[in-house]
Amino acid sequence: MVHKFRAGGLFLALDIFSNGVHILDELSYKLLDFAGEDMPQVCPSIAYEELKEYSKDDIDECYDELLELHKKGILFSNDTYAKIAESMGPAPIKSMCLNVAHDCNLRCEYCFAAKGDFGQGRMLMPLEIGKKAIDFMIEKSMGRHNLELDFFGGEPLMNFDVVKGVVEYARSREKETNKNFRFTITTNGMLLNEENIDYINKEMFNVVLSIDGCKETNDKMRVAPNGTGSYDLIIPKFKKLVEKRGKDKSYYVRGTYTHFNTDFAKDVMHLYDLGFDQISVEPVVCDKELPYALTDADLPLIFNEYDKLANEILTLKKNGSHINFFHFMIDLNGGPCAIKRLRGCSCGNEYVAVTPEGDIYPCHQFVGVEEFKMGNLVDNTFNNEMKKDFSAINVYKKEDCDNCFAKFYCSGGCTANNYQYGGGFFKPHKYSCELQRKRLENSIMIQALLAQN
Amino acid sequence: MKHIKTINSALKKSVEKGGCGECQASVAQKC
Repeated sequence: MVHKFRAGGLFLALDIFSNGVHILDELSYKLLDFAGEDMPQVCPSIAYEELKEYSKDDIDECYDELLELHKKGILFSNDTYAKIAESMGPAPIKSMCLNVAHDCNLRCEYCFAAKGDFGQGRMLMPLEIGKKAIDFMIEKSMGRHNLELDFFGGEPLMNFDVVKGVVEYARSREKETNKNFRFTITTNGMLLNEENIDYINKEMFNVVLSIDGCKETNDKMRVAPNGTGSYDLIIPKFKKLVEKRGKDKSYYVRGTYTHFNTDFAKDVMHLYDLGFDQISVEPVVCDKELPYALTDADLPLIFNEYDKLANEILTLKKNGSHINFFHFMIDLNGGPCAIKRLRGCSCGNEYVAVTPEGDIYPCHQFVGVEEFKMGNLVDNTFNNEMKKDFSAINVYKKEDCDNCFAKFYCSGGCTANNYQYGGGFFKPHKYSCELQRKRLENSIMIQALLAQN
Repeated sequence: MKHIKTINSALKKSVEKGGCGECQASVAQKC
């Protein structure tokens, strides 16, 4: 399978099963249509008839180049992934979302966590549950060395003593169990201060700072219970955290765009102008009846914004500036192994979420969906059959992905979004697919233009 | 090549390794 497309003034081709990316001239771009999956040794005669504007010698020379790439296994290459998908089974749990607070000091309009409490009532996690979560990870991770835990909510800084207690407990068990815990915290920033900034920068492998963009955009959706916007309060705190964090440690400023700001490129660039160079601004995924839901009519506007953003980023990179946009990140030379590409996040199998009461769910997006409660840390229960069901989810089980050029870059989409808005675990959320494909084309275009220069 | 420029080293490699589970939780990820 080959996906060819035009972007940034280039003719481009992506070979799906090898990840080969090729910059073509106009003739080779047109000739691809006549080559076909099995690439005959000689150019099909119909190509000469259809491409009369080119000489036979030029067509033959060009076809030979296509054939050479085919023989190298980077054009119309064979599918070597299907047999791996068939043999995959359950794997150890090695990452966890720890909801230390089902409470929040903001009431963001689009919050998937029902504005902080996941529809389960406002509560904070006791330290004992946090410790049980660490014990659970150590036990269920079996031989895995690297374990990851994200302090989440709600707003985790509302329960910061427990965050510190959990980190201390995990560190105390690392040596005896041969584990390496990597912690992340996701915060709205309202409670950041000198003390917790220093602690976060010392202990957290990654920090996610929630902000949607410029003041007008952010304060329309990210508001306190009394309706006031959060922008003015959080900006100086985020700046301080990032300034003190140093360049070698990971962080993201992370926002959501909605129907109300389909011109989100300006929000991304606003965050960059404030001094943040690790940025993610992502589409809201929600019930399509909600007023802020993205619509079909928004798609061309969004595509245009991704084009604008790609050009802005390209200009910055050409000038030697550093900017990283989460959804344009792509590693065309490395990337993960086949199993990761087929499974993606592996929720419910390698990844789980835990609530303040110790309930276990397949991921943070499933919290509160009772039919997917996998067990409880206090009762010491865990449903291995459900884990097995989740381990069976991979991109080859999703028919809609069969002919999609993006399938090894998204693994068939977010399982929770597919379940909630796509029609089932094996039915990708179509709208997200449209955006994924556009972002992938732009990511490849950026890499191609940088390579060309 | 006169007509085509390949810009990367091509998924084939990733079939030969994998499944150790030590990488960071996520795909477009360091082994």
